[in-house]
Amino acid sequence: MIVYLLCFILLLVGLYGVLTKRDLIKIILSIGILGYAVNLLLILFAYRNNSIYPILSKGKEISPMVDPLPQALVLTSIVIELGTTAMLVALAVKLFEKYNTFDITEIRRLKG
Amino acid sequence: MILPYFIIIPLLAAFIISLIAGKKDNWAVILSVIASSALLVLSLFSFISMKEETITYSMSAWSIPYGIVLVQDALTSFILVMVSIISFTSLIFSIQYIRHLSMDWKYYSLFMLLVTGMNGVIITGDFFNLYVFMEIALFSAFALVAYGSRAEEFEAAFKYAVMGSVSSFLILVGIAVVYSATSTLTMAKVAQILPTLNNEIVLWVGAIFMAGFGLKAASMPFHAWLPDAHSSAPAPISSMLSGVLIKALGIYVMIRIFYNVFNAPEVFMKIFLVLGTISILIGVFLAIGQWDMKRLLAYHSISQIGYILLGMGIATPLGILGAVFHLFNHAIFKSLLFYNAGSVEMALGTRDLRKMGNLMKLLPTTSQTSLIASLSISGIPPFNGFFSKLIIIIAALQAGLPWYALFAVIGSLLTLASFMKVQRYGFKGETVIETAENKIGWRMNFAMITLAVLCVVTSLMVVPGIQEVTLDPVVKVIANKTEYIQLVLGGLNGN
Repeated sequence: MIVYLLCFILLLVGLYGVLTKRDLIKIILSIGILGYAVNLLLILFAYRNNSIYPILSKGKEISPMVDPLPQALVLTSIVIELGTTAMLVALAVKLFEKYNTFDITEIRRLKG
Repeated sequence: MILPYFIIIPLLAAFIISLIAGKKDNWAVILSVIASSALLVLSLFSFISMKEETITYSMSAWSIPYGIVLVQDALTSFILVMVSIISFTSLIFSIQYIRHLSMDWKYYSLFMLLVTGMNGVIITGDFFNLYVFMEIALFSAFALVAYGSRAEEFEAAFKYAVMGSVSSFLILVGIAVVYSATSTLTMAKVAQILPTLNNEIVLWVGAIFMAGFGLKAASMPFHAWLPDAHSSAPAPISSMLSGVLIKALGIYVMIRIFYNVFNAPEVFMKIFLVLGTISILIGVFLAIGQWDMKRLLAYHSISQIGYILLGMGIATPLGILGAVFHLFNHAIFKSLLFYNAGSVEMALGTRDLRKMGNLMKLLPTTSQTSLIASLSISGIPPFNGFFSKLIIIIAALQAGLPWYALFAVIGSLLTLASFMKVQRYGFKGETVIETAENKIGWRMNFAMITLAVLCVVTSLMVVPGIQEVTLDPVVKVIANKTEYIQLVLGGLNGN
C-alpha cells in the first residue's frame, strides 16, 4: 500500500511542477516526472508477490510470474513520452529564439 | 475487410510523401489528395453499405481477449464520414493557403498523420490502442499548430502540448486502473466484467476519464488551451482541430466509454448536463467580446461543444439524436467559418474585425458562404444548426429539464448576436475595401462552396425517410448502451 501512496505522491510532484513552475525547462521536466509516475503505476499493477520474470524456458519450473502485459504497455508509453519530450524541447528552443527568455510569465502575447 | 484501410491508407501516404517528395510539394499534394479522396469514398461506402450490424477485425488474427480488435458500427462509420469530409475539403483548401506560407511537403505528411490518428481512435476497440492513436493525432496537431513559425504559434503550441500531455497521462492512469480491475484492455470485455465488480471503480475511472477526455474536448473548466491553439494554427488546421479533432478525441471517446462501456451511469450524465450548460454560456460570453475573428470562432467551439454535451447528458434517444446531429453540423459550419477567416486573412492580411470592411465586392464567395455559415451556427432555419439545436431543446423540455432548455436558448441568442457582429464589422461594414494582397483561388472557393452546400443539404437528415437510414442507426448504437458487448463479442468478424 505504501508503494502506491509514494507513486501517487510522485504523480502529484509532477502535477505541482507543471502547475506552478515558471521556467519552460522545469515544466518539461515536471511532465517527465508525471510520465514516470504513470509508468511506475502500471508496473506496480503488474507486480505479484514472490513471483519471477515472465519468461518460460526449457527445464524451468512453472512458478508464479509477474503480469507481462503492463510491461509491454510501459515500453510503448516510454517511446511516446520520448516523442512528447522531444516535441516540447523543440518548441522551447524555438520559443527562446523568439522571446529570448524561458520565463513563462514573459511569454504571453496571446490573451483575451 | 475494409476496416484496417482507414488506418493503412493515411499512414502509408504520410510515409510515402516523406520518401518521394523532393523540394517542391507537387507529389505531396497529389498523393495526399488521392489518399483523402480514397478515404472519403471508403467511409461513404461503408456508411451506406452497413446498416445496423457490427463488424470487428482482429489485428494479426489474434482473437478477442488477446489481440487488438477494430470495431465498426453505425456510430463509427458516421464519425468516419465526418472526418473524411472535413479532411478532404481542408486539404483542398490547404493547397493554395499553405503554398502562400511555404512550399513544403512536411505539412501534407503531418496532415496525413493527423488523419491516421483520428481514424485510429475512432475505429479501435481497445483502450491502449486508443491511447497510442490519440498520441499520434496529438503529436501531429502540436506540430501543425506551430507550422506557421511565428512567435504566437510556438507559444500556443507549447501550451497545447503541455495540456495535451497532462491529459494523456491522466487517461493512461485511467487505463491502468481499468486494466488492474478487469485484467483486459478490450472495451467490450471491460464492459462485460465491470458490472460484476465494485461500483466504486466506475466512479473513480469515470472521474479520471472525464478529466482527461474533457481536456481533449475542451469543455468548460478544461478549455484554457483551445482559444490559443485553434486561433494560432493555419486556417485549414484550425478547421481540422475545431471541426473534428476535439470531437474524435474528446466527444466520440466519451460517448463510447460512458455509454457503451460504463452503461451511462446517472452521476456522469448529470455532470455532462452541468458541464455542457456552463460551456454553452461561458463560451459564448467570452466569444462576444473578441475582435480577432479566429479567436471568436474558437470560443464558439467551446460553446457548441456544450450543446453536444448537453444532448448527451439528457440521455433520452431524442437528446442523443440532437447531440449526434449537432456533432456533424458543427463540424461542417465551424470548418466553413474557419475557411472564411483563413481566406480573409490571406486576402487582407488581418484577422481583426475592426480592420475589415465591406468585402462583398472583393471576396464574393467568402462573404456569401460566411453568411450561410453564420446563419447556420446561430440556428436560423432552414440551415442545419437550427434543427439540431431545436431537437436538443425539445429533448431537454421532454426530459423535464426546462432550465437547461432555457440556457440553451439563451446561448443560441447570444451566438446570433456575436455572429451579427462578425457580419456587421467583418463582411458588410461601411468602408468598401478594393484591393487585396493575394487572390483567392478556385480551390479555396471550391472548399468553401462545398461546405456551404452541405450546410443546407445536411438539414435534410431530419426528414423522416432519410433520418431512418442516417441518424437512427447511430442513435440506436448509443442508446442501446452495453448491448455493444454482444455486438462486438458475437459480431461478424471481418477477417
